[in-house]
Amino acid sequence: MILKRKDLLGLEELSAEEILGILDVAEQFRAIFDRPVRKVPIMRGRTVVNLFFEPSTRTRISFELAEKRLSADIVNFSASTSSLKKGETLRDTAENIEAMKIDMIIMRHASPGAAVYLARVLKSSVVNAGDGAHEHPTQGLLDLMTMRRRMGDLAGRRVTIIGDIAHSRVARSNIWGLTKLGAHVTVCGPPTMMPPEVQRLGVRVEYDLKRAVADADALNVLRVQLERQSRAVFPSNREYHRMFGVTEEIVHLLKPDCFIMHPGPMNRDVEISSEVADGPRQVILEQVTNGVAVRMAVIYLLSGGDPGSLRGGETD
Amino acid sequence: MDWNWKSIPAEYLVTNTRLCRGGKLARRRGFLHVRKGRVEAIGVGAPTAEGLPMLDAGGLVCAPGLVDLHVHFREPGQEEKETVATGSRAAAAGGFTAVVTMPNTQPAIDNQGLVRYLIDRGNETGLCRVFPTGAITVARAGEVLTEFGEMVNAGAVGFTDDGASVANGGLMRNALEYASMFGVPIIAHAEDRTLAGSGVMHEGYWSTRLGLEGLPRAAEDACTCRDIELARATGSRLHVAHVSTRGSVELVRRAKEEGVRVTAEATPHHFALDHSRCRGYSPLYKMSPPLREPDDIAAVAQALADGVLDCIATDHAPHTATEKEFQFDQAPFGVTGLETSLAVGITYLVREGRLDLGQLVHLMSERPAQLMNLPVGRLEEGNEADFVLFDPDEEWLVEPGALVGKSRNTAFAGQRLHGRVKATFLRGRLTWHDANGSVMG
Repeated sequence: MILKRKDLLGLEELSAEEILGILDVAEQFRAIFDRPVRKVPIMRGRTVVNLFFEPSTRTRISFELAEKRLSADIVNFSASTSSLKKGETLRDTAENIEAMKIDMIIMRHASPGAAVYLARVLKSSVVNAGDGAHEHPTQGLLDLMTMRRRMGDLAGRRVTIIGDIAHSRVARSNIWGLTKLGAHVTVCGPPTMMPPEVQRLGVRVEYDLKRAVADADALNVLRVQLERQSRAVFPSNREYHRMFGVTEEIVHLLKPDCFIMHPGPMNRDVEISSEVADGPRQVILEQVTNGVAVRMAVIYLLSGGDPGSLRGGETD
Repeated sequence: MDWNWKSIPAEYLVTNTRLCRGGKLARRRGFLHVRKGRVEAIGVGAPTAEGLPMLDAGGLVCAPGLVDLHVHFREPGQEEKETVATGSRAAAAGGFTAVVTMPNTQPAIDNQGLVRYLIDRGNETGLCRVFPTGAITVARAGEVLTEFGEMVNAGAVGFTDDGASVANGGLMRNALEYASMFGVPIIAHAEDRTLAGSGVMHEGYWSTRLGLEGLPRAAEDACTCRDIELARATGSRLHVAHVSTRGSVELVRRAKEEGVRVTAEATPHHFALDHSRCRGYSPLYKMSPPLREPDDIAAVAQALADGVLDCIATDHAPHTATEKEFQFDQAPFGVTGLETSLAVGITYLVREGRLDLGQLVHLMSERPAQLMNLPVGRLEEGNEADFVLFDPDEEWLVEPGALVGKSRNTAFAGQRLHGRVKATFLRGRLTWHDANGSVMG
């Protein structure tokens, strides 16, 4: 068994072996994408519920595609169509869904720890598709997969994460995953976007973007939540772009093989210039492709899948 | 404890007990003679009176009924969480005979009618003396001063907008000045709301790790500092509620040295538990001010030992099980405390060697009564016989289901604590007995 657990709540709880195990299985699924038929029957008869309490387009679509390519039955539930507006608790909502006999819940929720709570009260498997500023483990995994495909072993590699570290679940999942695999992580952004004692997570803090990127093997550029400007976290998009935007000027400082990731959706010309977003260094669409493979691997492994059988039985 | 009375007689003796008064635990066994609800005689050695019904306490400690300066009984308006009756029951079970209620009810206690109502409800229940505080501002909206004079006449013992601080410094200054003419303190919930923002737990390593919004120490310290300066400027009495940071401890220490008329309290959870408790996202560890860091805990405990912090108050804040099952950031702030306070004090302060049992009892009875000018807290001849019998060594498991308050949101669920209340007496009448449960009326 690669994943000896019921749920995937964060990368914090995974061992390096588990992370690498998921990535290996994801590579096998990734290989299927280049075939004319991109579907395997291994989750036939299983039911997966996508429970999204927060708006999401690409993560939901990515999970849906992963589930469909595994031949699972899918139900989508989003907050706008839910009974939550009538004041139902998360527990009641989830237990009602579980009572309809399902196998797995994929949940996106604005509250940190929501997936941790759900996993505790439900018998079904729970996959955290983002819980507030806590974790977004499948995003972390797809970033790791993208980096590993480009660089191989991540031990000793240098990765710089740029943006609002304090409020980013992507940053936390990346930090846990990368440090577990032996990479050196630098976080960069204005002090108003740094959470206290972030160094204790095993990262270097740098406020100067040029210094932060100089020795990097990969950059992960986080989306700036523009509404934070009104809370005086940064003065203007213009100043943010000048101080922390990844522009051509920054790209000139990078090591030759250094590549640029972004979890999307992008604010062009705020955290990343359009030239860079469309330029040769970015791997943004690769990340999106890998996201589907990683999510297939997670769903498959949590539902008790055996990667040995996958190798022989992956064709229809 | 030898106990076979059908009802409590009008006159009786408690014998074979260790008296704990005036900050000291007697070495020798002693007695308490109660007559018509008052202390007829008390002392070490054998009682002088003969032929009276006797309660052999079997070596239990006999202390003044405990006094809690900070409870939320939720009545009126939130009776699903707690009522004066259920809160009084929890108080009796915890060894308390007097409580000071906070005015953040719905509606807020902001007029004399509501003050009288609470006192009446306390008297009807009869398990605990209820001393209400009034709100500083009408509806706790932070804008218009309430009628302090009318409320003091009705029985209010102090004023506070607890749950929130008075954001307007000028208004807070006036409240302190105005209250001084009645000889009652202003109680500060020190929190700068602009610094607290949308924080839900202590800002530090664990908020970073959990992705929860932080409440910085500065939010508490900045407001503690402001309120101390206002007390200095006005010469008025300020009582700082639930001090949780080493910084605020230092501010209170310095202010006292400089002669500012400030007193302060600490809660059991703030000297026992740290912010790492939040790691499983359980809202049972969500309160305001939040659980802080080990050096804050050490500073609070030390300040209780050297008198910088004057007393222990629970900030008993009941919430329904449903509310405490919300997500951490959505759940309400607050934990219950009445039923565990003495045991937490014994477990975390006395057994840790921070202070002795006599001091602990003093910080939970005589001293808080003195701070708020309450006519209680002293177990002496002629006074009303409010007292508690407890075993300081008995170990027990905190099982939320076994608690008797209406809500069970204790931060000590599942913990083993030392010190068990065996019986509580108000005016000589039994209000709680560990074996039989609550005795109503």
